[in-house]
Amino acid sequence: MRYSGLKVITEGLFGNKGWKPAWRNPAPKAEYDAIIIGGGGHGLSTAYYLAKNHGLTNIAVLEKGYLGSGNIGRNTTIVRANYFLPGNSQFYSHSLKLWEGLEADLNYNVMHSQRGLINLFHSDGQRDAFARRGNAMINQGDDAELLDREGVRKHLPYLDFEQTRFPIYGGLLHRRGGTARHDAVAWGYARGADQRGVDLIQNCEVTGIDIENGVVKGVQTTRGPIRAKKVGMIAAGRSGQVAAMAGMRLPVESHILQAFVTEGLKPVIDHVISFGMGHFYISQSDKGGLVFGGDLDFYASYASRGNLPMVEHVMEAGMTLMPMIGRAKVLRSWGGIMDMTPDGSPIIDKTHIEGLFIDCGWNYGGFKAVPASGWCMAHLMATGDSHPVARRFRLNRFATGHLLDEEGTGSQHNLH
Amino acid sequence: MRITCPLCGPRDRREFYYYGAEDYLNRPTEGAAPEAWDDYLHLRDNPAGMTRDLWYHEQGCAAWLRVTRNTVTHEISETELVSALKPGDLKKGART
Repeated sequence: MRYSGLKVITEGLFGNKGWKPAWRNPAPKAEYDAIIIGGGGHGLSTAYYLAKNHGLTNIAVLEKGYLGSGNIGRNTTIVRANYFLPGNSQFYSHSLKLWEGLEADLNYNVMHSQRGLINLFHSDGQRDAFARRGNAMINQGDDAELLDREGVRKHLPYLDFEQTRFPIYGGLLHRRGGTARHDAVAWGYARGADQRGVDLIQNCEVTGIDIENGVVKGVQTTRGPIRAKKVGMIAAGRSGQVAAMAGMRLPVESHILQAFVTEGLKPVIDHVISFGMGHFYISQSDKGGLVFGGDLDFYASYASRGNLPMVEHVMEAGMTLMPMIGRAKVLRSWGGIMDMTPDGSPIIDKTHIEGLFIDCGWNYGGFKAVPASGWCMAHLMATGDSHPVARRFRLNRFATGHLLDEEGTGSQHNLH
Repeated sequence: MRITCPLCGPRDRREFYYYGAEDYLNRPTEGAAPEAWDDYLHLRDNPAGMTRDLWYHEQGCAAWLRVTRNTVTHEISETELVSALKPGDLKKGART
């Protein structure tokens, strides 16, 4: 079924009786050409592009819970392409271009809103670094504008510009940055994949990966064994457990990242604002809630909830930056499980086992990468070669020293 | 979250600096293969459940601790001084 404005009107006139489920709920077959482990954003987009770009339709996505039940179902929804390092820059630029055509491509409203992202800076040195980053973005073909203090004030008059600790010197404006509706992205890709014949199998946990003589043969699941010549592990924060079933140890440590939403307010924050010195960023959802977050709790965790020190830190940073939000009531907070790599950049690569591929290490930036990650993982699984924009996301780059340390803080698990 | 330092008693988590999995105690010996260093520095079991990791009591007694805790519940079951660990207490399987 194709969605359109006309469809909404005609369904409205005739009692909305013609809507059908957006995807089927099939039982697993005994064998597929390819299996994706993980029905989150990256897994669903990989399945979609495998079908759409490479004509591979006899594939299954295996999800232990329900589709989009992990980090795609709860995140702070920021979409941007403001990376600096060669390797990251091309990849996120590609992703942003896919975002810009995503709704037409999927025939699904993902509420992509290019409202502009402003990264604040607070010293001369930081301004130089941001000018350099902006130039790298422009060289990549994306957009960046360096704003001075008055330039920021025009966009964000409500910030506290005179705070004593981090007075605002200016900001880097990325107009094509913004937000999207996180669930809709998962649903749109799921529907698109299903329409092309992909089986989306929910409540189906993979319990083992069958490997014979270094070649993958299929998986064991809670709904029986399924054979496949190609298996993609796309399990985000749970990547360590999935890879362990193939006898692998990953350069990944799962950490907790908290985020917060306030009650719905009238429109007040028009942009995405990041206040790096306070480890704080904020935007306002279309429902009106202020959506904001901070840094990791900084210890390995699968608890899906954080501790109070980071809650306090985030609230303090928010009050420092924009005292006007002090009376907004926080409705809820949550903790997502982040697959952190030592250098803070992701992995899309083959493994040493033939037919077994991995897409993980998205750290706290996986949402914006969903389209390009699926695009590149599908390319890798279909052709056996890394896609040109994801060529540096190697699994072995920590051993070889080809790091992608965007923050420049070092290659160590507790630093990103 | 509070961590019981063997020297200082139960203290706020903010006094401690988290370093990472106890794999850091198994430093490869001189001349070890590059794979051993990759293993030591980067590759992790990353368990959901019981884990042992290293914390530094930065704003306390400056002791390095090995903390046994559950990554799913945040429950801490044991804290030991790294300086008091014996070779037999270390995780097995370090490559040299």
